[in-house]
Amino acid sequence: MCMHISEHPVADYPERERVSFLFDGRPMTGLAGQPIAAALLENGVSVFRHTHKSGQPRGLFCGIGQCSDCVVVVNGRPNVRSCVTPLEAGMVIETQMGLGKVGKA
Amino acid sequence: MRQVDLLVVGAGPAGLGAAIEGARRGAKVLLVDENRTAGGQLYKQIHKFFGSGAHYAGTRGYQIAELLLSQAAELGVETLLDTRALGLMDDGSVSILHEGKLEAVYAGKVVLATGARENALAFPGWTLPGVMTAGAAQTFSNVHGTLVGRNILTVGSGNVGLIVSYQLMQAGAEIRALVEAAPRITGYLVHAGKLQRAGVPIRTAHTVVEARGDKRVEEAVIARVDEGFRPIPGTEETVAVDTILLAVGLNPRADLSAMFRCETAYEGGLGGLMPIHDQYMRSSNPQVYVCGDLAGVEEASTALEEGRLAGVHSAMSLGFAQKGDEGRMAELQESLCSLRGGEHARRRLDAKKRIMEKGGACYAGRE
Repeated sequence: MCMHISEHPVADYPERERVSFLFDGRPMTGLAGQPIAAALLENGVSVFRHTHKSGQPRGLFCGIGQCSDCVVVVNGRPNVRSCVTPLEAGMVIETQMGLGKVGKA
Repeated sequence: MRQVDLLVVGAGPAGLGAAIEGARRGAKVLLVDENRTAGGQLYKQIHKFFGSGAHYAGTRGYQIAELLLSQAAELGVETLLDTRALGLMDDGSVSILHEGKLEAVYAGKVVLATGARENALAFPGWTLPGVMTAGAAQTFSNVHGTLVGRNILTVGSGNVGLIVSYQLMQAGAEIRALVEAAPRITGYLVHAGKLQRAGVPIRTAHTVVEARGDKRVEEAVIARVDEGFRPIPGTEETVAVDTILLAVGLNPRADLSAMFRCETAYEGGLGGLMPIHDQYMRSSNPQVYVCGDLAGVEEASTALEEGRLAGVHSAMSLGFAQKGDEGRMAELQESLCSLRGGEHARRRLDAKKRIMEKGGACYAGRE
């Protein structure tokens, strides 16, 4: 559904190194420095968290760190805005359930 | 603790304009921005700008940002990125959060250029993953190289909706339809024409009434609307899409200006609630200037000129007056008038006049 754009008539993208990370225990790869959200989308993940009261799925919404709809748990830390946080090699990323707990998802 | 002449919040075109003009006059300028990249939303504008040479016509948005950033750096503007301005403290300092630490900034004048945020549109299913703002799709495609969807419905035919749709097509997506609740296309026809020539159906007097899908968008339901923008029962159609983009306007990010006790007014033509200001971009609080989309949602070229005006006037009022400043301000005001010329900008121009009347009244008889 989503994909990495390899060629574009106008835009120019920086060269980036492909790195591995874990999402909910599944090994995935992405480009170092791209937003976590971009890496997840390119791996076919569109649900990043479930809401606190009704458990509804949420994903990318504003894309510039304003709305907090896309938060995930990164290395045990909840409420990380995936759209503005760069991907790093070896990150352990998890779907956030509700408000998130420090130390575990 | 930091002591500066001018603190500029927001490094988009307005903030950069203010910082450049302030620094050019010898003021010590600190520019802060919460993003990791400066340039505001210019960095995702890969299209060429319109207008005259003075307004960077023919230059792509991100190139304008690079130009302004290098000018600011040459003039000695100190820029802190990934830095949030949290608010005004009781002792008159502005608290900023930089590298995990709070710092107090004491500034002679503060220029707020905090921009705007995109409007949302609520309808059944609008919270499903796959429904997002057009700006999100644009940022991901043009800056990060990620296409957020393959089959797209765009809601709104303003320039954002039209330009983003076209750019996503360039990146390989299919725009299944673009709906517009108004009876006519609201953006520039030159942008609409590019979509229409590529076969994208632009459905005026139509809106989205539902997003359907399990865990993410699988289809959209659109319907015709009446003159009161109410969906007409029985006119629903489903469109198979994986993504619905909302391009339904922006509203000024006035939270920080409210903390600075800048008086506000509501102007629908400029995006909603916004701080009032005089013809020099001074808010009702004489310590604070407002410019760019915060002072009414318009365009990057307008934001830049408003920022420059705020930069000249604030520096002048701090004692950094330069010969020719009065002429320079008149020139900027003239330039803003020309940017707001023409029938399509009429509503904005009228709204802006009312805002400046209210803002000017704060200073009438005081100087």
